Amino acid sequence: MTQAAPPASLRVRSEAEAARLPALLAQARYLAGSVLLGQHGRRRAGLGDDFWQYRPVQEGDQRHQIDWRRSGRSDTEFVREREWQIAQTVMMWVDGASSMLFSSDRNLPQKADRAQLLALAAAILLDRGGERVGLTGHALPPRRGAAQIARLAGMLAGAESQADYGAPDARGLPAQSHALFVSDFLGDFDEVHAALTGAADRGVRGVLMQVLDPAEEAFPYRGRAIFDSIGGTLTHETLKADDLRDRYLSRLAGRKDALRRLCAATGWQYYCHHTDAPAQVALLWLYSALGQGR
Amino acid sequence: MMFGALGFTAPWLLTALVLLPVLWVLLRAVPPAPVRRRFPGVALLLGLRDEDSAADRTPWWLLLLRMLALAAVIIAMAGPVLNPRGEDEARGTGNLVIVLDGSWASARDWQGARDLLDIALAEAGRDGRPVALMRLTDPQPPEFQAADAWRSRLAGLDPSAWAPTEEMMARAADLLAGQEFDTLWISDGLAHEGRSDLFGALDASGTVTIHQTAQPLLALTPPRFAEGALELTAQRLAPGPARDITVLAHGRDPSGTPRVLATLPLSFDAGVAQATGALTLPGELSARLTRFEIAGQGHAGAITLTDDSLRRREVALIAGREDREGLELLSPLHYLERAFAPSASLMSGALMDVLPANPDVIALADVATLSEAEKTALLEWTDVGGMLLRFAGPRLAASDVSRSEEDALMPVRLRKGGRSVGGAMSWGEPKALAPFAEDSPFAGLAIPDDVTVTSQVMAQPDPTLAARVIAQLGDGTPLVTRKRIGQGQVVLFHVTANAEWSSLPLSGLFVQMLERLAISSGAATPVAEDLAGTTWQAVQVLDGFGALRDAGTLPGVPGDALLEAALGPDLRPGIYEGEDRRIARSVLREGDTLASAVWPAGADIQGLDRAAETPLKGWLLAAALLMLSVDIIASLALSGRLLPMRAAAVLAAMLMLPDTSAAQGLPPETLADEVTLAHVLTGDAAVDDLAHAGLRGLGETLFFRTTVEPAAPQGVDLEADELAFYPLLYWPITATQPTPSDAAYARLNAYLRSGGLILFDTRDADIAGFGAASENGARLQRLAAPLDIPPLEPVPGDHVLTRTFYLLQDFPGRYAGRPVWVEAAPEGAEQAPGMPFRDLNDGVTPVVIGGNDWAAAWARDEGGAPMRPVGRGYAGERQREMAHRFGVNLVMHVLTGNYKSDQVHVPALLDRLGQ
Repeated sequence: MTQAAPPASLRVRSEAEAARLPALLAQARYLAGSVLLGQHGRRRAGLGDDFWQYRPVQEGDQRHQIDWRRSGRSDTEFVREREWQIAQTVMMWVDGASSMLFSSDRNLPQKADRAQLLALAAAILLDRGGERVGLTGHALPPRRGAAQIARLAGMLAGAESQADYGAPDARGLPAQSHALFVSDFLGDFDEVHAALTGAADRGVRGVLMQVLDPAEEAFPYRGRAIFDSIGGTLTHETLKADDLRDRYLSRLAGRKDALRRLCAATGWQYYCHHTDAPAQVALLWLYSALGQGR
Repeated sequence: MMFGALGFTAPWLLTALVLLPVLWVLLRAVPPAPVRRRFPGVALLLGLRDEDSAADRTPWWLLLLRMLALAAVIIAMAGPVLNPRGEDEARGTGNLVIVLDGSWASARDWQGARDLLDIALAEAGRDGRPVALMRLTDPQPPEFQAADAWRSRLAGLDPSAWAPTEEMMARAADLLAGQEFDTLWISDGLAHEGRSDLFGALDASGTVTIHQTAQPLLALTPPRFAEGALELTAQRLAPGPARDITVLAHGRDPSGTPRVLATLPLSFDAGVAQATGALTLPGELSARLTRFEIAGQGHAGAITLTDDSLRRREVALIAGREDREGLELLSPLHYLERAFAPSASLMSGALMDVLPANPDVIALADVATLSEAEKTALLEWTDVGGMLLRFAGPRLAASDVSRSEEDALMPVRLRKGGRSVGGAMSWGEPKALAPFAEDSPFAGLAIPDDVTVTSQVMAQPDPTLAARVIAQLGDGTPLVTRKRIGQGQVVLFHVTANAEWSSLPLSGLFVQMLERLAISSGAATPVAEDLAGTTWQAVQVLDGFGALRDAGTLPGVPGDALLEAALGPDLRPGIYEGEDRRIARSVLREGDTLASAVWPAGADIQGLDRAAETPLKGWLLAAALLMLSVDIIASLALSGRLLPMRAAAVLAAMLMLPDTSAAQGLPPETLADEVTLAHVLTGDAAVDDLAHAGLRGLGETLFFRTTVEPAAPQGVDLEADELAFYPLLYWPITATQPTPSDAAYARLNAYLRSGGLILFDTRDADIAGFGAASENGARLQRLAAPLDIPPLEPVPGDHVLTRTFYLLQDFPGRYAGRPVWVEAAPEGAEQAPGMPFRDLNDGVTPVVIGGNDWAAAWARDEGGAPMRPVGRGYAGERQREMAHRFGVNLVMHVLTGNYKSDQVHVPALLDRLGQ
């Protein structure tokens, strides 16, 4: 058991984390705003404006939900149902492991930043569409509303684990719900396999989004070099890095292929995003992919 | 040891260069250090083996860099010197005297002479020789000092505007006599009296080296008047091939700005040392000339100054009566016109019309009475140097002017009626003129016999009369009297200006007398005898480079010396001022020519160019150091350790960068590029910060929701800042803010008239209805009183502000429900049937006045979170949203005007299109 951090330092750290939140949130909102306008081009109607159907009053309905105008025309009482009320649940897992804290160039964001941004923007879009959003692993139960988005942003920004490579956390996935896993998927493939097959067994379908740095895709290294993982647990030394390139690239292609095949087998969808590409493209794909599943 | 222009002091050290190839092989064998990289993909690398076990070698370019650095060190140690002095040029020891001609002729190549001096002084400094400087234009006792002391004074060494005279040469020889020294003589190449004597004296004391330029020297002699044109002559030192030059005539344009008024191309024929050309200029233009200059010479000899001899006087002629048409010979002005026309420009017109043109002379022919205003104006004009020339006549004789008391504009009192002699009805003979007195300005003029006077006005005998008479008749009665008034004078001819009363105007004497009175400038340049006994004060003098400078307190110059004596420290070329005229003295006098210096046979004569001896050791060592530093950086880069260094460099750069985050003082281009919201600085920091944050919040809202993407908001200091860049000015009212100055109000009014909008916010929820009951309300009344604000009304329901972007009925800020005032609709704006809105005024309301504290509702901090609470819960958030919508509408209103109002015409437009 580790000793609890002194309250003062906890406070400082939490404030530092909180200071990052609005920026991420605002960025994600702006990103989400551009996609919503771009793809659909229609304004979202006010709360509950879209008529769906009238249904008879059931046990547990509040009295103020009864539509008296419709009920007055017949003997039974009716409740006016609106379209958005049939909400789906989308659970998210964003890799917070050390390997995500990598960017090969000053001008590029870290993989973790891009992953959080995409997840949060998708969450905002889903929230506008009336879906419920939460985090896997019992971290954040699915809910709706601006407060949920704020909590989500807080937890995403604070969710950094000590592990070198992350593994999908498929706990707490409601049956028949949707899921979004964002990671570089460079760690142990078996854990990904286990998580996805487990989820598919419970009827959960979703999206795997692999976020990679351009350097991981190109391996632009030469000469004598020692490669350390970000967490420092893995080390590999070589005398001629340029000789390794082809073999590395084939291994990477093999990993991607394995992920793709795994997705096809479980009914998930797979997308590989690079941090030097614009986030809008990835978000657009993500939103439509999640929308298909709904 | 020499390689071309390169020499070495220790050439044997160069043998060490042989070691370089050995070093190359040694360095090549050592592999570079491994690079440590952080790379998440290492998980995929595990288990991969190297196929080739040989490591990469140090790159060849890095090795080459190291070799070059080492070679540079070896060569530097061998002591290379560029342009070393040969063995034959014996390094002198003992004293060195540098003799400078320092005349105007050396001014053109002065930079070359100075460079040569610098090189010579540097060499003398290395050899440890004491140096003395002797300027022949200003010989001083030699003062032997270290060469470095002289080098520091080189910048202040300028050529003189005169040339060394024989006395100066002799004096220099005396001062240097009896000492042992070597001489370096920097000469101007002109022949000067006494030069060979001085050379003999110097040669006797030690070796003499002479440097003089080979460039041809050009000079200009003063212009002459010949047949109505200005004749200019340029001289050159050595008759060479044909050459074209340009002479510039400098002067002032009518607004007084110096500029080139005319140019005159001159050509030297081959083998001729002189070129002459004529320049014809209108009198108006030639009067404004200040100097002639040969273009591109830059020394005092190429400039000749002009003086009054080129200036045409302006004379205004005014007659008392002009009613005798046709009888031209009897016109009172005819003879004056004839006398003045060749040498002066004439003006005519009413007295009060010509006075503002400030003529030099006003001639009044038989004008008796002047109005008070004319008298006063004439007196003022005379007082500052005008010359009033009056002639008598029947009117003056019949009038009471200057009868019992002396008139201010008459030199003497006059007797009634005048007199007439030698006529048919009188006894006497016509009177002739008496010889002119010595002190008269007319002294020396010959009097023709046929000049007689038949009528005249008579002066009253007064105590002052004798002193004022400058010409009289044979019987002693005054003919011309003069009185000084301030700097000017009034002169009365006691006869008419035509031939009625005397034959004087018919004679040549009349013209001469007028010339003597300095009325005309037809006279040629004065001769020395004329100026004997007078003293002339320098006004502006030329320096050696030909620039005119203020003369300061130079002593006066006797008149005869001014024209005849040689130039020197006491008589510099320039413009001199005497009693009533200016005389220019240029470097060359008329008829001067240039002659080359003649040196005795055997003299060592060289040009001004000389390459400096430059040791290269320091440069080579610096290059080696530089290459080694590059090597360090390159080695670090190769082994991947450069990143922390790059971070440090970035950090250092950031520390050095000025803090640009301050919002104040952006350049106008930036402000003009983007829409910038602004708020008035009230002096209350809390209010100003909140206003700034409010506009930032509104800007973010605009950015997110509309195509308006404003730049960072600006605080505006009404006293100092330009307002034209800001479409909208938010003005929070505080009870304590100072009232702007009148200039600031003038700018605010200009801002409002040119389409700006000011949003006044009393921030007190308008509890007093803008009355004086609240402090802020009272302050608003006082602040807005000087502003140009139209009649106001509460925002009507159909105002365009309610629909420019969002549809709004209310304009809440932190407070809600209070009326907001805008410019009132015009009288009689009616709602047309079928139209949703009235057709209201065009344009943007110049002010919006309210008290809802909008900035507080808009304000967001850096992270985008609201800074001030608005209302409670969801209703409060709704109110904040409405406040933002009001802000969006307001900015849209400012930017688009009544565009949304025009939409009411859409049905009519569609109807016209036939739909």
